[in-house]
Amino acid sequence: MKVSVIITLKKDVLDPQGKVIHQTLDGMGFDNINEVRQGKYFEIDTKEIDKNKAQEKVEEMCKKLLANLVIENYKIIESQ
Amino acid sequence: MNSSVITFPGSNCDRDMDVALKKFGFKNKMVWHDDLELPKSDLVVLPGGFSYGDYLRCGSMASKSKIMKSVLNFAQGGGKVMGVCNGFQILVEAGLLPGVLLRNKYLEFICKNVFVKVNNKDNSYFKGIKKDTLEFHIAHNEGNYFCSKEQIKEIDDNNQIALFYSNEDGNINEENNPNGSIKSIAGIFNKEKNILGMMPHPERMIDAALSGEDGSVFFENLINNLR
Repeated sequence: MKVSVIITLKKDVLDPQGKVIHQTLDGMGFDNINEVRQGKYFEIDTKEIDKNKAQEKVEEMCKKLLANLVIENYKIIESQ
Repeated sequence: MNSSVITFPGSNCDRDMDVALKKFGFKNKMVWHDDLELPKSDLVVLPGGFSYGDYLRCGSMASKSKIMKSVLNFAQGGGKVMGVCNGFQILVEAGLLPGVLLRNKYLEFICKNVFVKVNNKDNSYFKGIKKDTLEFHIAHNEGNYFCSKEQIKEIDDNNQIALFYSNEDGNINEENNPNGSIKSIAGIFNKEKNILGMMPHPERMIDAALSGEDGSVFFENLINNLR
């Protein structure tokens, strides 16, 4: 089972990288952007064949390592 | 006094810390991250560097190392644990200190001398220290201390702020805040004050010929307090 997760910064956390990307895009002529927030994407190929169990394990991974819940949120977006 | 410095893959200030601790009288042992047991220690130091290449988030992988279980037990039993730079990042990732260290506000790697103001002297690290402001060195890309509003209130209420970035006279303002840290925080304690994390490197300030000697002031005071 392959599980995909995205990790995003929480709303009130400053994202200087996103800001610089925004400015650069702006400079390239993409001048109608309100905000850019940068995140992370993981594809985890597990040996688990049960979808719910695989998602549960990945959720545990997110809480313990992949995300820092002080500043980040995680979302399992796909399992196949 | 016995101390232990943990070396993670990618630590690069571990030997400087070893030199500094020995210079001021500690019997120091180097401990590999893959070891399970800590030697008998009065102080455990997590040094600076780029453990695991700063992959995922700075300090995140190192905080799950085998030796960290012993460090956690030691710390939770009241043992003194100090993390400098990457060591500070490891301590927050391990959950031993609150908050997190984000990328510096202006996205620059900062490498320079700074002044820090000691905020709390009622602990083993700074009790009786002769100076109120210390000149230390910083070298980091992720030193921008951040935590939630509720956490910062708790940190403040419990007097957990150890060091502020300041100028030589101890003035704290945005101008003297190199990396955008909340409230200009350069170092914090846990509630019980046995764990200290700080971005500045005292071990780089122990030789009059090479640097300043404010690190010497810190280490001399520290070993006296632990004796």
